Amino acid sequence: MGKINGSQMLLKCLVSEGVEYIFGYPGGKVIPIYDAIYDEKKIKHVLVRHEQCAAHAADGYARATGRTGVCMATSGPGGTNLVTGIANAYMDSVPIVAITGQVSTVEIGTDSFQEADITGITDPITKHNYLIKHVKDLPNVIKEAFYIASSGRPGPVLVDIPIDVQNALIDEQIKGEINLPGYKPTVRGNLKQIKEAAKKIHQSTKPVIFSGGGVIASNASSLLKEFVEYAKIPVITTLLGKGSYPENKELSIGMAGMHGTRYANMAFVETDLIIGIGVRFDDRITGKLSEFAKNAEVIHIDVDPAEIGKNVKVNIPVVGDAKSVLGDLIVEYKKINEEKGKADFSEWIDMIADWKKKFPVYYDKNSNLLKPGFILETLQELTKGEAIICTEVGQNQMWAAQYCKTLEPRTFISSGGLGTMGFGLPASIGAQFGRPDKMVFDIAGDGSIQMISQEFATAVSNNLPIKIILLNNGNLGLVKQWQELFYNERYSETCIRGCVDFVKLVEAYGGIGFRVKEKKDVEKTIKEAMSINNLVLIDFWIDPDENVFPMVAPGSPISEMLDHKQVKK
Amino acid sequence: MNHIISVLVENKSGVLAKISGLFSRRGFNIESLAVGPTDDEKIARITIVVNMDEDSVEQVTKQLHKLINVLKIQKLDPDYSVQRELVLVKVNSENKNRAEILEIANIFRANVVDVTKNSIMLELTGAGTKINAFEELLKPYGILEVVGTGMIACGRGKKT
Repeated sequence: MGKINGSQMLLKCLVSEGVEYIFGYPGGKVIPIYDAIYDEKKIKHVLVRHEQCAAHAADGYARATGRTGVCMATSGPGGTNLVTGIANAYMDSVPIVAITGQVSTVEIGTDSFQEADITGITDPITKHNYLIKHVKDLPNVIKEAFYIASSGRPGPVLVDIPIDVQNALIDEQIKGEINLPGYKPTVRGNLKQIKEAAKKIHQSTKPVIFSGGGVIASNASSLLKEFVEYAKIPVITTLLGKGSYPENKELSIGMAGMHGTRYANMAFVETDLIIGIGVRFDDRITGKLSEFAKNAEVIHIDVDPAEIGKNVKVNIPVVGDAKSVLGDLIVEYKKINEEKGKADFSEWIDMIADWKKKFPVYYDKNSNLLKPGFILETLQELTKGEAIICTEVGQNQMWAAQYCKTLEPRTFISSGGLGTMGFGLPASIGAQFGRPDKMVFDIAGDGSIQMISQEFATAVSNNLPIKIILLNNGNLGLVKQWQELFYNERYSETCIRGCVDFVKLVEAYGGIGFRVKEKKDVEKTIKEAMSINNLVLIDFWIDPDENVFPMVAPGSPISEMLDHKQVKK
Repeated sequence: MNHIISVLVENKSGVLAKISGLFSRRGFNIESLAVGPTDDEKIARITIVVNMDEDSVEQVTKQLHKLINVLKIQKLDPDYSVQRELVLVKVNSENKNRAEILEIANIFRANVVDVTKNSIMLELTGAGTKINAFEELLKPYGILEVVGTGMIACGRGKKT
């Protein structure tokens, strides 16, 4: 039988997992793998310009497609540069497999050149990780890594491969097998609990569905829509849940939390039953926990039992995959409505509709200054909500969340749990590779974009027509906003104005740059950008004093929201 | 309150680090931790004693379950399990007090495992309270060193 080396076996395994792209960066301890990549026809390697972006690109690819993303880096600094991206994927439960080179098995532990204990370093931020010590284990490990990353609650898995293992010979016929006696994620929810949940929903008077990233991860959005349309229950989402239910529908109440809509937070205050699906009741949603949704009982559906009861007290826990549980819940809920008469929440819906009218997301439409709300509303109109919107982190992200109505799952891609500046552009790169049929926008701030501007090169050299909407206010805006509101306007180290000409910067990389300072140019410039088949950056000089409102002050209950009126000087 | 968590894990390198790391990063303190083999060489047992409230124990148990190499977790009820620790206690001892020390050892059914002209080493097995009492009685002679295994425990009855 023919023998191949570990590197060739690795690629064979990746091909059989259906991998299309590896986002990576070569280095001394992955040269054998890159040598094998040189001959590989079925997988395209995308050369990023910094390993962190390889992880983010794999993450963006995974979020946009639902398939597992793959990133690769060398030992030592290559691996440690992946760390932020891996942590980001871990916090947001995104399936990626990170492959790192390692010094040879005999050198491990001797502090040899470019050695780092990457499995030790990534223990807290991976769902699981492996150090492969024998080439015979490689096929099984790769098979298991993909299975673990994508099943149950998805997450990153790191596989560390010493260079001698990459070179060692192995029988080319060997196929990987899964042997994971300790890993059996629950898919089907307990039917008794689901029946209880259906009964509880039927008895409630002001129920809300609280839908999170888990609904999107399990591809349960169409079932959620079916459930909502039958039950007529309003839907609040988290940041990562945007798109799990179309935000242009009447029953959508948008995003709740620190910068959520006032009406979503009011709904949490008033509701008597929260039906949480694929959410983790994070502090950015709940505000002061002891004051959160005091009138409500809680049904919590999640594939990860550790999330249930972690932050809020749960009355009816249902452990299971959102899609499976929703399927069962629809059946049970219909049964109970047929038996006992259709539950009617129309008064509750009217109440929310009234709040929506009274407390819309606000910006000053009469101002001559360029307002981010205006730019993003224009973008929304021009794209009809059909584009993939990626965001950086900060004010740009919160404005994007508020003004970009997400209509489909996997079209709003943002770093939620970790809040990683510099996520948006590499995520856009991954998303664009995964969804070449979609137009991809990166909503950026001038702080975030400078963390990863080297990736302009990756976008341009791969002919990716990503559009960067740069909301340039010359500040690290969200921190500045906190300094303004809570630190007596002591703007410590948050002004970054005037350092960079972003138009020239993107042009230096071969992209196209525009600068917009006036309202009248917004629509035509975005239109023009959309017609260009290249990386485009539009440098919008927005009102530098515009803040994100409404806002729940840290440590306050979500019923206490600040808005532009309360803080206007 | 002390809780005994008995964890069966795959006997692979790095597993102990994954478990102890989980406790520290979630902010849980370990009172004691003992690792040992089982009847199956591929499986090891880790017995962990923690001091925390019920909610925290539940959370830490759920988090442990998420580790891929963890096969089974049992929370052992102190009333329905046998708990044992083994300690080696090295005490100052000279001719004039050796007999007294041996008498204490006898009462506790401790074994003498090493004697020199100015020290004696005793081996004692038992539950935590017995060991504490033993150490208390030996203190006046001057304890030189105590080495303990940490608690191991096994549920009573046939159930595993």
